[in-house]
Amino acid sequence: MSDMKVVDARGSFCPGPLMELIAAMKVVGVGDELEVLSTDKGSAEDIPEWIKKVGHTLVSSVEEGGVYRLRVRKTK
Amino acid sequence: MKRILIVGGGTGGTILANNLARRLRRELDGGQVAITMLSASARHMYQPGLLYVAFGKIAAADLYRDQESILDPAVRFHVDPAETFDLDHNEVKGKSGTVYGYDYLAICTGSRPVLAQVPGLTEAAHHVYTEEAALKTCEALRTFTGGRIAIVTGVPHKCPMVPLELTFMMYDYFKDRDLLDKVSFTYTYPIGRIHSLENVAKWAAPEFDRMGVRYETLFNAKEVDVAQKRVHSEEGTSIDFDLLISVPPHKGMEAVEQNKLGAGGFIPTNRTTLAMEGRQNVFVLGDTTNLPISKAGSTAHYEAEVLGENLARLATGGGAMRPYEGKVFCFIEAGRDRATYASFDYKNPPKPRPPTRAIHWFKLAYNELYWNSVRGLL
Repeated sequence: MSDMKVVDARGSFCPGPLMELIAAMKVVGVGDELEVLSTDKGSAEDIPEWIKKVGHTLVSSVEEGGVYRLRVRKTK
Repeated sequence: MKRILIVGGGTGGTILANNLARRLRRELDGGQVAITMLSASARHMYQPGLLYVAFGKIAAADLYRDQESILDPAVRFHVDPAETFDLDHNEVKGKSGTVYGYDYLAICTGSRPVLAQVPGLTEAAHHVYTEEAALKTCEALRTFTGGRIAIVTGVPHKCPMVPLELTFMMYDYFKDRDLLDKVSFTYTYPIGRIHSLENVAKWAAPEFDRMGVRYETLFNAKEVDVAQKRVHSEEGTSIDFDLLISVPPHKGMEAVEQNKLGAGGFIPTNRTTLAMEGRQNVFVLGDTTNLPISKAGSTAHYEAEVLGENLARLATGGGAMRPYEGKVFCFIEAGRDRATYASFDYKNPPKPRPPTRAIHWFKLAYNELYWNSVRGLL
């Protein structure tokens, strides 16, 4: 696995954290992990839903001081 | 002499150049500062106009002006696309072989549609992101006599309102031609609602319901079966179509990728200073950044105004820098000769108002006012 890439989507209303993650997924390899930073509460639900639907892996999801940190692994 | 080099002659680069020329008039006249721009083209295109070209509402030729005609005469302009960036030695080499040195560099080369990212999309889909494609879309719409229209949106893409605008405008187009009863629309979107902006999605969903536009969310096109006229998604679903309209996925420019300045051609950029990460004298504007904000002309415009102010200070001895706060403003064509807009920044979400005819007509007026805007007069 290469170094983990951080997708800093704090304050992103458009395109928003999930769209930023989808774009970032295209430029990393299978097995790589990404950490998404988001200030959008909805991301904590949207991102896991998409990850599950496509078949990637949600490694962790935590909230610290209003910032949601979701760690995902590209698995296909 | 302080040398400012601007690579890219689109909206961001042009506004930046004119802004700097205005702020640094005395230094330019005195030879203490030089502003040079490299561009891939001698012509400047008003890209948002391509949407109207696709519906036969604007002639493609009307979207262009000579780049030099909209630049301050003090800007040294070269049609010489950048090929090699040697950031350690403050040099950029153009396609001509000429090497341009700089003290401050602004990279604003934009983004480009890359349909090849989705197998079959190039062969099967229409779009509005080049003049040629917009004209083909115009012809496809003109000759379409009925059937299933599917709208698919790739990630990332330029101008976030285009998926909605295309759908509203196609609905009106076929309504005006008395073909609505023969046409069905399926709108898809990559995330879990029909637009990235929550308030826009809340407004647009009932509009789609009223129009009978079916929508499927969490749909990211994986491949298109051209023979079967079927588009498959990463999420495991598929949609059949007779006419496929795409908002294709984009990448940054090839030179940015080839020089390894950023994955996908998008350069890691500080969200407030607009400096390239790890560099103090290299700045990035517009679609070229990796910032989590809309890839749109207005983004480049607001960024260019901030960077112009800051670069002018740097070139004349420093001082406090103004932060870019994520400002974006987008018109939204809503059909039936109505439009609204979304204005937001890093901290404040948009609160779009109900569409009005007045905003629609102002948008049409802006299609002409753009040329004053890009000159820095508006």
